[in-house]
Amino acid sequence: MRYLPLTDADRAEMLALIGAGSIDELFCDISPEFRLPGPIEGLPLHASEMAVERHMSRLAAKNLSAGQAPFFLGAGAYRHHIPATVDHLIQRGEFLTAYTPYQPEIAQGTLQVLFEFQTQVARLFGTDIANASMYDGSTACWEAIQMAGRITKRDRVVLSDGLHAHYVSVIEAMARFTADTIDTRSPALEAEPDTSKLVGSIDEETSCVVVQYPDILGRIPDLRAIAEAVHAQGALLIAVVTEPVALGLIEAPGNLGADIVVGEGQSLGVGLQFGGPYLGLFGCRQKFVRQMPGRICGQTVDAAGKRGFVLTLSTREQHIRREKATSNICTNSGLCALAFSIHMSLLGGEGLARLARINHARAQEMVRRLTAIAGVSCLNDVYFNEVTLVLPKPARDVLQALARRDVLGGVSLSRLYPGTSGLENAMLVTATETVSEEDIEAFASALEGVLA
Amino acid sequence: MSAPNPSGWQPSLGSMGSESVEPMTASGDRGLMLEEPLSFELGSAGKCGVDMDEPDEAPVSGLSSFLRECAPELPGLTEPEVIRHYSRLSRMNYGIDLGPFPLGSCTMKHNPRLNEKVARLPGFADIHPLQPHETVQGALDVIEQLADWLIRLTGMAAVAMSPKAGAHGELCGLLCIRAAHDAAGERRTVVLVPESAHGTNPATAAFAGYKVEAIPATPDGRVDLAALKEQLSADVAGVMITNPNTCGLLEREMKAIGDAVHAVGGYVYCDGANFNAIVGKLRPGDLGIDAMHINLHKTFSTPHGGGGPGSGPVVLSEALAPFAPLPFVTRVADGTLRLIEEGEAAEHAPESFGRMTAFHGQMGMFTRGLAYILSHGADGLKQVAEDAVLNANYVLRACEDLLDAPFAQSGPCMHEALFSDSSLPDGFSTLDIAKGLIDEGFHPMTVYFPLVVKGAMLVEPTETESKMGLDRFILSLRNVVQRAVNADESLHSAPVFAPRRRLDETQAARKPVLVWNGDRDG
Repeated sequence: MRYLPLTDADRAEMLALIGAGSIDELFCDISPEFRLPGPIEGLPLHASEMAVERHMSRLAAKNLSAGQAPFFLGAGAYRHHIPATVDHLIQRGEFLTAYTPYQPEIAQGTLQVLFEFQTQVARLFGTDIANASMYDGSTACWEAIQMAGRITKRDRVVLSDGLHAHYVSVIEAMARFTADTIDTRSPALEAEPDTSKLVGSIDEETSCVVVQYPDILGRIPDLRAIAEAVHAQGALLIAVVTEPVALGLIEAPGNLGADIVVGEGQSLGVGLQFGGPYLGLFGCRQKFVRQMPGRICGQTVDAAGKRGFVLTLSTREQHIRREKATSNICTNSGLCALAFSIHMSLLGGEGLARLARINHARAQEMVRRLTAIAGVSCLNDVYFNEVTLVLPKPARDVLQALARRDVLGGVSLSRLYPGTSGLENAMLVTATETVSEEDIEAFASALEGVLA
Repeated sequence: MSAPNPSGWQPSLGSMGSESVEPMTASGDRGLMLEEPLSFELGSAGKCGVDMDEPDEAPVSGLSSFLRECAPELPGLTEPEVIRHYSRLSRMNYGIDLGPFPLGSCTMKHNPRLNEKVARLPGFADIHPLQPHETVQGALDVIEQLADWLIRLTGMAAVAMSPKAGAHGELCGLLCIRAAHDAAGERRTVVLVPESAHGTNPATAAFAGYKVEAIPATPDGRVDLAALKEQLSADVAGVMITNPNTCGLLEREMKAIGDAVHAVGGYVYCDGANFNAIVGKLRPGDLGIDAMHINLHKTFSTPHGGGGPGSGPVVLSEALAPFAPLPFVTRVADGTLRLIEEGEAAEHAPESFGRMTAFHGQMGMFTRGLAYILSHGADGLKQVAEDAVLNANYVLRACEDLLDAPFAQSGPCMHEALFSDSSLPDGFSTLDIAKGLIDEGFHPMTVYFPLVVKGAMLVEPTETESKMGLDRFILSLRNVVQRAVNADESLHSAPVFAPRRRLDETQAARKPVLVWNGDRDG
């Protein structure tokens, strides 16, 4: 076996030193009735590198990848160009094969990256501070709700109807066990989010209001107005950003009054990967720091007076506080945070703004071309790189027909909101900088064909 | 046993700490020991390392009232500057690629590069989670094949693939248990957890709404079955047992524990963090386990990446399988694979407790894990467990004369060897041993865990270490312990050869500086 360095001679020598007659003696604590006599039957035996690569390549070839087709999907996972530098650097063994930086003297690389990452996230979000990452946007969102409950000592949660359906599902599944009350509704096909309705559902029991920005339909809610209403009731505003590239162009939620900002960081540096691993972003006001979940990196000095970094405030965490911890989270998304941070360092703030403008321009071209098709309209007055299109036919069928023509056209709202009537003909379509004019034309002509 | 360092290097104990003999450099760098500023101190606002073809003047008028007042205050760097910045930072890190990383319970084993390669195939890396099912049959097949392996290796009925990491898997398991009791019209409030458990266990139980009560241990380091039986009642939802446990020992009475818990209507959650010690040797399903998470980033070698991402699929018994979270992969009548999501739940999974994460789990880890499993096969995985256990016992027996090993008489250890600092002279502790090992060029073992052992040192070599590698580690560990036994005060200054000396963690926590504000101060 190419991964196992011990030779049979080594094994014999080591058993002799241990004083064991055979390897089975080391497994003597397994009761004989449960001890497996040999390799589990019916499973294949070891395989060469070439054989495994062939097997995996065949499976990969059965998928239609985004690069092979005009591609317009979004809905919480976005395809952006990732500079080659990013993937090269994250594969350096010192980053890739390191553990959580529990021994800071020999983990300054990871720790300094996390400190830089936290700074980048905080500045992108307009928050005072940020943590060293969570699993993904949806779990970060639930953690933020829990945190708001700890701060406000209230348990009623109001979700805007523009929050990603899967995020709502996660919240509903978790809340069933924590007894938080969740006020939620499916979105209606309206050009603008209904701020007054949302504001009207806030009361003195409300711990937090969760608003996605831009929202699931690609609309942009008026966070400033919502924040005022939320704070008037003593509640917290949690903003959710599933497309961080948007923040190159539109105002940071923290600058509009959001108390906690969470997001999905996949857009920067992390590929689509069929949904994971992704990168949960988490920022908040300084005064809430001790209620924040997850690992946090902080600056300090070493015994010789040199600047250095450590994991800090760990008295919030499970390995110290056990059942009294702010969260059960342990593992974060360290390598994805590194990828995000490298991509962000390459872009800089101005590069991100430029990338965002390109995305917005591409989306406008896409909307112009697609809405020229008879029966196709765009719901949104305002959008960043994603819009809701309304078709004359059920969107799920249209998307399947488009896929048969090798066009990956979008995400149907009926897949996200099954059972909600009135959404069947609507779909989300996204154009990032990876979409070319030819892609838009190919999409449009395929759509014309499918709708004809 | 003695294998001198091939380079001939020996610690020159006398000169440690006397840095005055080293010349000062103007740069602060010392040869290949390179310092590196923060990216914010290197970059400047106008710079960018990404060339974009499009014109700057794309209209943004539609966004007027939403526009950002100013671009995020983040300096950019060009590509060569970025490559240097991160390459230099990487050299301040220790990784498994550089040498043994014997963190007990963390399972730092070699990360095969084939797995990195296959995960990057565009057919896996560049597909969207919400593409039509017809276009992702290969991806769904990967999930199904991996699921099948996990089920067969554990002897369980089903597996939930979506949990993002070990603690997320624990939550998945406990929510299945709660959902099962809810479905039976029962509301139970207590989960029993041994004091030696990972901190995530009690934290997860609390997160899932349970009161946590501790299970006592026997003097030999295992669950006290008689005491556990006393604690069992109709109020106990279940137990969370780590097996092999965090003292590195197999729980011999696991089946009896399960029988007792089942007898009062509770369920058995097993923390599978240490499954690498028994994979191919013992199937947890045969012991009456109801749910167990598997850390793909431990047993199945997906890289730890400086703290994640992980992946924590949860194998489930027949009794808990109906409550597994959405979405999951199933094969439908026409032979194709599809995901069961909210729209199909009423028909295919009416009792599912719902969704744990936005999409379908850690696909990038599934491809790596499956490649690892296929490379080893059923025979290789069994050999992995045997070599890991052999290596741990070798370390245990090679050091127990010098270092207190509290459970050395409790039978063979499994994947990890546990020591304590109780035999060290006054003033010397586990921390000194750990920092001394850093100067020896090794990553230290897990320290101060489990909490039930004073000054615990948990050494998990994994199957990755060669005998020569272990001999060198043992030589160094013995050398550091001997320094402590000799009351060598210079050990308190260790490490002196690392990129940093001991860091002031108290200052970090007292006045937290969590973001850079160098451009805003004054």
